[in-house]
Amino acid sequence: MEIHKEKIILMHQYLDGEIDKIKEMELFTHIEKCEACRNHFEELTQSISMIQSAENIQAPSGFTNNVMRKLPKEKKRIKYKRWFQTHPILTAAAIFFILMLSGVFSQWNQDNELVVSKQEDLIVQGDTVIVPEDVVVDEDLVIQNGDLLVMGVVDGDVTIINGKLINEKSINGKLMASAGEVNGELQIVDRVFEWLWFQVKTLFKNVFAFSAG
Amino acid sequence: MEQLIREKIKRVKKGDQAAYSMIVDFYQDRIYQHCFRMLGNKHEAEDIAQEAFIRAYINIDSFDENRKFSTWLYRIATNLTIDRIRKRKPDYYLDAEIKGAEGLTMYSQLSSNDPLPSEEVESSELNHYIHQEISELPPKYRSIIILRYLEEFSLQEIASILDIPIGTVKTRIHRGREALRKRLRHV
Repeated sequence: MEIHKEKIILMHQYLDGEIDKIKEMELFTHIEKCEACRNHFEELTQSISMIQSAENIQAPSGFTNNVMRKLPKEKKRIKYKRWFQTHPILTAAAIFFILMLSGVFSQWNQDNELVVSKQEDLIVQGDTVIVPEDVVVDEDLVIQNGDLLVMGVVDGDVTIINGKLINEKSINGKLMASAGEVNGELQIVDRVFEWLWFQVKTLFKNVFAFSAG
Repeated sequence: MEQLIREKIKRVKKGDQAAYSMIVDFYQDRIYQHCFRMLGNKHEAEDIAQEAFIRAYINIDSFDENRKFSTWLYRIATNLTIDRIRKRKPDYYLDAEIKGAEGLTMYSQLSSNDPLPSEEVESSELNHYIHQEISELPPKYRSIIILRYLEEFSLQEIASILDIPIGTVKTRIHRGREALRKRLRHV
């Protein structure tokens, strides 16, 4: 006895609930007549109902606990994210502080050139700034990345960053001694932290000067 | 229930790990059973079912809340079982029958007197037989037959669990039914 392939396709359409009324009629009329196709159809439906009789099984006891124990610890990223969300002002302050700090540090590292706040009347020899004997500087003097030799007079404050005040120096075979005087405040900043402190102080001074003005 | 699960998932996404335990509780039997039917082996089933829940937790951020969580979870579990089937070597399973010794498994080689883990669940011969027959179907038909007739998903849901077009689901389910018919017709 021969099995009709096109009828088997209809059987599967029927089992998937995707058959129209006319085709359904056609299938069942055929099954009544054709024993081979009837057997095939019964075998299909029986094997389905047979596997559907399989009992449900349950997860072993303690399954959930085992899973929970094996979960990775809460992601750090999420923890940080949550912290930032709950502390927006602190976060902003922290970011500002980091930016400021990195700015200041990069300035410290990059500025290796000699910088003098005032040029006229002063002699610059290598990385040494000399106030000649007959000169009177009446303003504040800031020297960065250089030493200072005072032979004349400085009336203002003196700040030396990343350098020192020297007492004598041999120039052109002539020994020059620091015989001058500084009438203002003398400040030597030689370390990153001191320099930082100086920066912060300057910042505040400027801020107050600005608000006062 | 679906609504409650949705709420829990939102909390898990926000980092509340404890909220996940209720989700595991709710789906554990279904996922474990699915893995068991796919693998035909309890030890692997437990292993893979746990792995599925862990993967789902780790990747919870990529779960689209507009879709059904169960579908997503079944997909992870199904993919893991298929991976395991591909990787496994045919030997060395305690549940496997020893060649030439009908009905004897590697369990009989163990000296323990405790009841075998399999005895607790396999209450009937028929049940055991059915699961055996299912687990011997080719994996791509097996997953579809299990999802359709044991877990009663619609064809559309199966298509999204397996991430294949619905036409492919239909073709495979036809072939799966035929394969099953050939195995079970003489019972």
